[in-house]
Amino acid sequence: MTSYLIFVLKRFGQFLLVVFLGVTITFFVTHLTPIDPVEESIGAITQMGQSDPNAIELMRQSLRELYGMEGSIWQQYLNFWLRLATGDLGPSLSAFPTPVSTIILRSLPWTIGLMTVSTLITFVLGNAIGALAGYYRKDMVLKAVSLVFIALLPIPYYILAFVLLIVFGYLWPVLPINGGYEMNANLDLSFALVLDILKHSILPALSLIMVGTGSWLIGMRALVSNIITEDYVVFAELGGVPKRKILRSYIARNAMVPQFTGLAMSLGAIFNGTVITEIVFGYPGIGNLLIEAVHAGDYSLVLGLSALSIVGVAAAVFIIDILSPLIDPRIKVE
Amino acid sequence: MFTIVRDLARQNMEFLCGLLLFAVIVGLIVVSYFSPYSATDIYLLPPDMPPDGEYWLGTTSRGQDVFWQLTTALRNTLFFGIGVAFISRIISLVVGLVAGYAGGAVDRVLMAINDSVMVIPQFPLLILFYFVLKDSMTWTALILIMASLGWSYDARLIRSVAISLKTRSFTTQSVYSGMSMRKILIEEHLPYVLPIVFATTMNNMIWSIGMEITLSVLGFTDIETPTMGMMIYWANAHSALISGIWWWVAAPVAVIVVLFLALFLLSMSMNEYNDPRSRLNRMGS
Repeated sequence: MTSYLIFVLKRFGQFLLVVFLGVTITFFVTHLTPIDPVEESIGAITQMGQSDPNAIELMRQSLRELYGMEGSIWQQYLNFWLRLATGDLGPSLSAFPTPVSTIILRSLPWTIGLMTVSTLITFVLGNAIGALAGYYRKDMVLKAVSLVFIALLPIPYYILAFVLLIVFGYLWPVLPINGGYEMNANLDLSFALVLDILKHSILPALSLIMVGTGSWLIGMRALVSNIITEDYVVFAELGGVPKRKILRSYIARNAMVPQFTGLAMSLGAIFNGTVITEIVFGYPGIGNLLIEAVHAGDYSLVLGLSALSIVGVAAAVFIIDILSPLIDPRIKVE
Repeated sequence: MFTIVRDLARQNMEFLCGLLLFAVIVGLIVVSYFSPYSATDIYLLPPDMPPDGEYWLGTTSRGQDVFWQLTTALRNTLFFGIGVAFISRIISLVVGLVAGYAGGAVDRVLMAINDSVMVIPQFPLLILFYFVLKDSMTWTALILIMASLGWSYDARLIRSVAISLKTRSFTTQSVYSGMSMRKILIEEHLPYVLPIVFATTMNNMIWSIGMEITLSVLGFTDIETPTMGMMIYWANAHSALISGIWWWVAAPVAVIVVLFLALFLLSMSMNEYNDPRSRLNRMGS
């Protein structure tokens, strides 16, 4: 147990390092550029028609505070961390003076919901088909299904989503292709609303599943076909243990362990995938928010979203990593 | 090297298919040097012409020939991918070999950085870079940024091989014969990891070109240089699909799929070649 505690502490140190590096990169990328973000933002706002000099001076001051025009760059860096620690990311520029954290919290549930559900489906589907295809090597149906998923793998995500949009948006328009719910929907919790939200999530989720399943499938299939040749599996087959039982308890269980570790690693990539999905399908999550913020030149919102995504992904990887020794005792706790 | 390619082409259908598809890509790139029009000039030709004998793949709403623009765009995209792959391979080789050979504190520090880069979400970061650089976001800058994000996974792979190489007797012998660490890594260990480097190059190109296309389609790159993503960006900007100019979108999409299929098949078959167990499996069946 003490060795597990040391392991958790070490992983926690890693987690802190990731957050530290990520936030530091974010900070210095935004601060070491020749462009003055404050005047850029002020310019963007005055162009949009906001011209009350008092409001602009107020904005300029709060922006200076935000982007370290006050004090040395190290002082600003320190201040940035302090604000981040208290969850204060400053006011949004495009929706002044709503705090950035409020805007992000509004979009976050959509992303987390879509991401969790489609990741779990992808993980289960890919591993199930992969295990079966690795064990029943001669089965033509399994071969065909695997081939389809593997063929989808190399296609860039945007292209695949585009094809889905054309098929379900124009050729056979049965599913909503944009947004997270019906435009004029009544947002009180009701059965109809849940159904509507589900319907809107089908295409984004489907595209994520189509892209993600193949890599799990390939990994699992390779793991299973390696385990098949192990002595204990050959022995069980000679001893007449039912095939189903061999696959379930002898092979799949052992092959799952590296897959769980892989789940942690893929979370970062899934985050990327979700951002693009949301843009293509107009899903109201943080990916869409990020693009809107970029187009609106909303500096504090972009900064806040980048910091949040780094902390979020690092935390997810940390949690899955410290859980994996509990799932399988064979994982060496160094 | 040549015998490896010949053996692979003979025994491995995937490799052969990948090689043929890649030959198509290379052919198109060679052709691009004979383009009669400059790919950046607009309103040269009658717009919106469907594919026929004169304009093989039709023309765009901006008065460009789709076929010739496609070949130049493909060349730029592929060179972009090769550039990212080349620089990030150097980083991953240095980090992987040094971490594996040196061990101890050096290894721990390098791997801590490595793992951090591995989990940092790249897409928001790339958008952040565009947001800050805006017009200074040139292709060279993007290549450097992508290369510094894309080496970590392969560095881990190389490190794991380097650790096992370190325990082999030839390494010990080199140490006792007074070779420097740099010499051991370059002359003794590098040849062993090169096959892995080739396989990861393909994966890295798939990743970087996929990112390029996504970023470009959204308009988050230098939109004046023709690339595969750029073609789709302009087609979208002119709502080509809605106004029925399907060839403007279909041509780049088809070529992208061919390019990715080629890279993917090559990487898959090379991975298999690197893993002796699956190579034996194939020979047995």
